[in-house]
Amino acid sequence: MSTTTSSRLEKMLAAGHFAVTSECGPPRNCDGSVIEHKANLIKDYVDAVNVTDNQTSVVRLCSLASCIRIKQMGVEPVLQMVTRDRNRIAMQSDILGAASFGINTMLCLTGDHQSFGDHPNAANVFDLDSIQLIQTVKMMRDEGRLLSGFEMKVRPRIFIGAAANPFADPFEIRVPRLAKKVAAGVQFIQTQCVYNVEKFKTWMNLARDKGLHEKVAILPGITPMKGVGMARYMQTKVAGMDVPEEIIQRLKGVPKESQSEEGVKIAVDTIEQLKEVEGVRGFHIMAIEWEEKVPEIVERAGLYPRPVVNGNDGGSCATS
Amino acid sequence: MIKAKGKPLDDIIRMVEGYKKILIAGCDGCVTVCEAGGRKEVEILAAALRLYFAQKDAEVKIDETSLTRQCDMEYLDVLSDRMGGYDAVVSLACGAGIQYMAERYADKPVFPGVDTCFIGVSLERGVWGERCQACGACILADTGGVCPVARCSKRMLNGPCGGSSKGKCEINPEVDCGWQLIYNRLKTLGQLDRFECPVDPKNWATSRDGGPRKLVKEDVRI
Amino acid sequence: MRLQYPPNIRIVRVPCTGRVDQIHLLKAFEDGADGVFVAGCLEGDCHYLQGNIRARKRVNRVKQILDKVGIGGGRLEMYNLSAGMGPRFAEIAREMTKKILELGPSPIRLVKEKAKKGAEEVAA
Repeated sequence: MSTTTSSRLEKMLAAGHFAVTSECGPPRNCDGSVIEHKANLIKDYVDAVNVTDNQTSVVRLCSLASCIRIKQMGVEPVLQMVTRDRNRIAMQSDILGAASFGINTMLCLTGDHQSFGDHPNAANVFDLDSIQLIQTVKMMRDEGRLLSGFEMKVRPRIFIGAAANPFADPFEIRVPRLAKKVAAGVQFIQTQCVYNVEKFKTWMNLARDKGLHEKVAILPGITPMKGVGMARYMQTKVAGMDVPEEIIQRLKGVPKESQSEEGVKIAVDTIEQLKEVEGVRGFHIMAIEWEEKVPEIVERAGLYPRPVVNGNDGGSCATS
Repeated sequence: MIKAKGKPLDDIIRMVEGYKKILIAGCDGCVTVCEAGGRKEVEILAAALRLYFAQKDAEVKIDETSLTRQCDMEYLDVLSDRMGGYDAVVSLACGAGIQYMAERYADKPVFPGVDTCFIGVSLERGVWGERCQACGACILADTGGVCPVARCSKRMLNGPCGGSSKGKCEINPEVDCGWQLIYNRLKTLGQLDRFECPVDPKNWATSRDGGPRKLVKEDVRI
Repeated sequence: MRLQYPPNIRIVRVPCTGRVDQIHLLKAFEDGADGVFVAGCLEGDCHYLQGNIRARKRVNRVKQILDKVGIGGGRLEMYNLSAGMGPRFAEIAREMTKKILELGPSPIRLVKEKAKKGAEEVAA
């Protein structure tokens, strides 16, 4: 797989190493130092840092501004963009803005419905869905054109990613949908966090049957559980999340003070199991509001230090 | 048909407070079918308002009528002889009818007695569901007869999203996932291959986004 | 059975309480009734299957309306009993009468009486 952009993530995958990404949740205010702090915690342990875009429809410091800040720190950001809040005009505009600061990796998402967030009375946009956004970015990059057909003098060079959820319904449609994203031009996938390894493997089998594992790099999501409460919540209250009872029992089986350590252990175990699955090309570690655990997880999973890839100095996702 | 729901009585009372000669005008069309503004509902609203005003101001007169429909001037014209006798109208027609009533009798305040909600169908007696968003460019041929614009909360054309769970939408367990329905129908019709091809962005200019719309059918114009 | 019940009750007979619509209840109050009760068969025993269930829903809706317009939903009630339950009917009649006496005359009746008095004074 040759590289098309300057994205460190793309280079890491092209070199055949397991890639590691993580994420930063921006604050609900205009304090940019929060982003700096979170990015600093994880920068030496990951290849790129995702910044969420008004996740769960809650207003936060925007992903684009956060990504610019991270880029200027010398760290590689992944711009997450949802189609819920912006029409095609605004999204293409933001993509140009991101590229003008050298941001070279994006995750294209549809986005949670606004009824989940703090502004449920807002109008939503959904001018495009995630697949149409992928098509748009690809067209801007490969043809140098906007959706209107307008030719840009300088085109954005962006490594295109999307999300996939092997655990949502209908299950039979999940792999055809992945195929559709690949047809639209997606190059890497970060999945919903994996607790049910067996179901994930089933999904991967179906993806491999269609040859998708050769066309797109799949990075399963990993989220450490802080305790039984969190596990129960995710099992029952989060749509499209599959938390098997064994995980809950495993957490229950240790004293309360040790539950978070057990959660980290489960995360590391999951990574080790998934390393053996053909087609898994890396991991996306989402330690929501627990970013300080990311270095430990990466180390214990044998993924530290990060390999050196051409054009970057080793050990951190600093860009040259 | 258009589905509407009666406004809360408190809101209607607040609107007409201060007027002395009020006409409650229903419509025999859509609002009769969804039991929001037909003759029956006109009667009940008029009786309720009379009970209220009898205690406040015996001078207030509440009259009742119902028109074949309120979205055609020829039916609104029927009221022209009587309209002088009123100082306010509460129309129980859909939003279109209420506006046409106001256009026809521009010197009378016309108040909405219903909230117009959506284009939909009768699911069972007393229950109606949304089916169409009037986007102006129907794609039902491609989606097994189920509309993703009206029935997917995110109006995705390449759904479902990751929040679909057991055939229900992430926003509410009582809302069907539109894309699950589309999938089921395409499976029944043997058209699941449609899922492999990305669908291009929709032209929203034919829908509300393009501005207020007008339809012209030249072959019937005089 | 020749049971005693208060004389202030005016009975309107219907083949099934399902025949009673919201407008009938509202008109009774418009005409000055101080209270209205709907006596339907026991739930599950309706000869027309669901007539008494429909009546209950309509009574509930009109109670809400009566609250909103200042008459008071307490002046309207629905009771379920079988045609053979004479003593229960008398009991309901007494109960309802007592309740309405406590609530006092309907505001509409007061308005009507005032209007009548005013008209008589003018005539005199």
